[in-house]
Amino acid sequence: MTTDSTQTRSGGRKAGAKPENSLASGDRAGAGLDRGFAGLAKAAGIFILIILAFVALFLSWNSVGAVYQEEDGLILGRFLSYAWPFALGTVVVAVLALVMAAPVSIGVALYISHYAPPRASKTIGYIIDLLAAIPSVVYGAWGMFVLAPAMLPLYHWLNRWLYTWPEENWGWGIPFFAGSPGLGQNLFTASVVLAVMVLPIISSVCREIFIQTPKLHEEAALALGATRWEMIKMAVFPFARAGVISGIMLGLGRALGETMAVVMVVSGLGFQLSLISAGNSTIPREIALNFGETAPNTERWHQLIALGLVLFIITLVVNMIARWIVSRHREFSGAN
Amino acid sequence: MPQQTKTKSPSPQQNGRPDPEADGVDLGWEIDPQELIRPRSIKGNVLPRWFLPVTAAVGVVVGFALSYLINGFSVNYALWFIFAAVVFIVTSYVVTRQQLNKRKATDGLWRNLVYIAFALALIPLISVIWSVTADGFQGISRLSFWTEDMSQNAAQSRERQIHEGERPMGGGVLHAIIGSLMITLLATVISVPIGLLTSIYLVEYSRGGPLSRGITFFVDVMTGIPSIVAGLFGAAAVQMILGIGNQFGLWSYGPGNYRMGLTAAVALCVLMIPVVVRTTEEMLRVVPNELREASYALGVRKWRTILKVVIPTAISGIAAGVTLAIARVIGETAPILLTAGMLNRVNWDLFTDAMMTLPVYIYWTFTHPIGVGELSYLSEQRAWGAALVLIMIVMALNLIARIIAHVFAPKKTGR
Repeated sequence: MTTDSTQTRSGGRKAGAKPENSLASGDRAGAGLDRGFAGLAKAAGIFILIILAFVALFLSWNSVGAVYQEEDGLILGRFLSYAWPFALGTVVVAVLALVMAAPVSIGVALYISHYAPPRASKTIGYIIDLLAAIPSVVYGAWGMFVLAPAMLPLYHWLNRWLYTWPEENWGWGIPFFAGSPGLGQNLFTASVVLAVMVLPIISSVCREIFIQTPKLHEEAALALGATRWEMIKMAVFPFARAGVISGIMLGLGRALGETMAVVMVVSGLGFQLSLISAGNSTIPREIALNFGETAPNTERWHQLIALGLVLFIITLVVNMIARWIVSRHREFSGAN
Repeated sequence: MPQQTKTKSPSPQQNGRPDPEADGVDLGWEIDPQELIRPRSIKGNVLPRWFLPVTAAVGVVVGFALSYLINGFSVNYALWFIFAAVVFIVTSYVVTRQQLNKRKATDGLWRNLVYIAFALALIPLISVIWSVTADGFQGISRLSFWTEDMSQNAAQSRERQIHEGERPMGGGVLHAIIGSLMITLLATVISVPIGLLTSIYLVEYSRGGPLSRGITFFVDVMTGIPSIVAGLFGAAAVQMILGIGNQFGLWSYGPGNYRMGLTAAVALCVLMIPVVVRTTEEMLRVVPNELREASYALGVRKWRTILKVVIPTAISGIAAGVTLAIARVIGETAPILLTAGMLNRVNWDLFTDAMMTLPVYIYWTFTHPIGVGELSYLSEQRAWGAALVLIMIVMALNLIARIIAHVFAPKKTGR
């Protein structure tokens, strides 16, 4: 009886009269499960959207306290004057890291895709990927104990010949190299460490795209008598340009948000033009150093979270630009 | 021209095969038989095979000499590398241009630059691995490194200063290893089902509607969230939820008690979910549609098809993707530092009290070494040892992912 009634109900809903066979009626539980599973999968997808909405919501909700306090009213100026040195330091260190990492990563990617013996190129790719497997805190320790002392002679040289000497003779020196290098814990060392960290990211993106270059284009160039470099210039680079740029932007996004290496390598509290003496800081560093000692829901707590929001927005913009570049060149290249 | 006719005319053979020997004897200049087959212009287009290695060797030697002289008769590896690279590039460019032509020289110049870029990328890798293993090996070779936490050590060092000659204190990273594994496990347990189900929705159910496009877009956005922002989110969110729960009397956490394993796991989820979604989505998409259709043709429900046909086919890729995601988050420091804080004893409870993890332990021990003066070397060795353990874990996870992807890949039938 019950089975009959449910059958008619489900039949009515489906509108298509189902044949009265045992297979269909036996699978009624299956139909419910089917819907349930679909709903579960959809719910998981929606849940991700909710998480991201929560990230944005919590960050902006908690940031309000940084620009508005009940007793002081709107204090946007106070927050900006607090935040700009860190934001500027973050951008400078990331861009400097990219300037160093991008040419080397493109070279590495070219080596793996076009220069290395084909049989070895896969193994070489794994070896470069090992760089990505090293945690950032280990890079930080390496930068602190190995790289900073190793870079000191260079800093002394730069300071001597690009700042002190011209200043004595002409009255001005390049401000990037002012000040005493101290222990070598400065923004320049940090950017070298960051360059090492983003190198595997950029080079793996570039490698993927270099490999996708149509074989016909390459062989046509070679058949016309081009040398290997001319072939790369004529066939590989035009094809891969968008992908390379988006890989670099990806690396930039990564370098902007990188915390531990900068925390351990840099020492400083604000912003200065000199890259080779202590005194700079970045947004992630400021948050990581101070968040632990901050009591929840104080103005300081809100300030730090607002800094995080600023960082989030900067990286978001960088990633959006990368995606826009890729989508603009989608039809012409292998960058998608 | 007149000379050529002159040399040609007295040749003994007018129509037959040319005899170079006879030519040489007769005429005072010889024809290389090779030259008849391969004209001079093409033959001269290639430098001998030994040219590149020899130039590189010359670069290394001359670079060493130059750096040795400039650096005041001591070895400086950085200068050595720079001088060797410059000498190598310049020599090979000049020689190639002299012997061959400009285009070949440019080609060689860029090839050399690419080689040097690759060598440059290997230097930090070797340097990092060398410094971690050299110092870390002494750290991990002590038994106490594996069996103790730092509570005894901290109590001891608070109680008294260590004198020279006194027995060095024990202490290890047991608490950090336990904390890392617990937090990562919880994060994995939360994010893998969500990520997997989302990718199932994207691949199997959605028809490219606004929801699926939105999910894809925002997963991309999530991939770019800086890890420290994820940590801030975890702390702020859990702090807020605890406050709400306090108000309704569900639990009583004091202010600032958001520091616990769960908070760190929430923060890591934000980093882990997009990785899981992207890798599993890719893996589900490569499952051939014929398999699904065959299953439907047998009258199998969609959810059973997904569970019994699609996922088993893609399981190797999914497992590899999940392993890579774990490898990514287990080395994260900043979010855990903000959320789980630090502690110097073993804590198995994910819901009360801070937890120590390996990355935070490394960071904290390096920046705040325990022990007075010279004796801080013990604490430094422990930190390098912890770094070695962490690298080993991450590399092992990467290796396992590769092996899973390789060994358990769907078998190709012999059709």
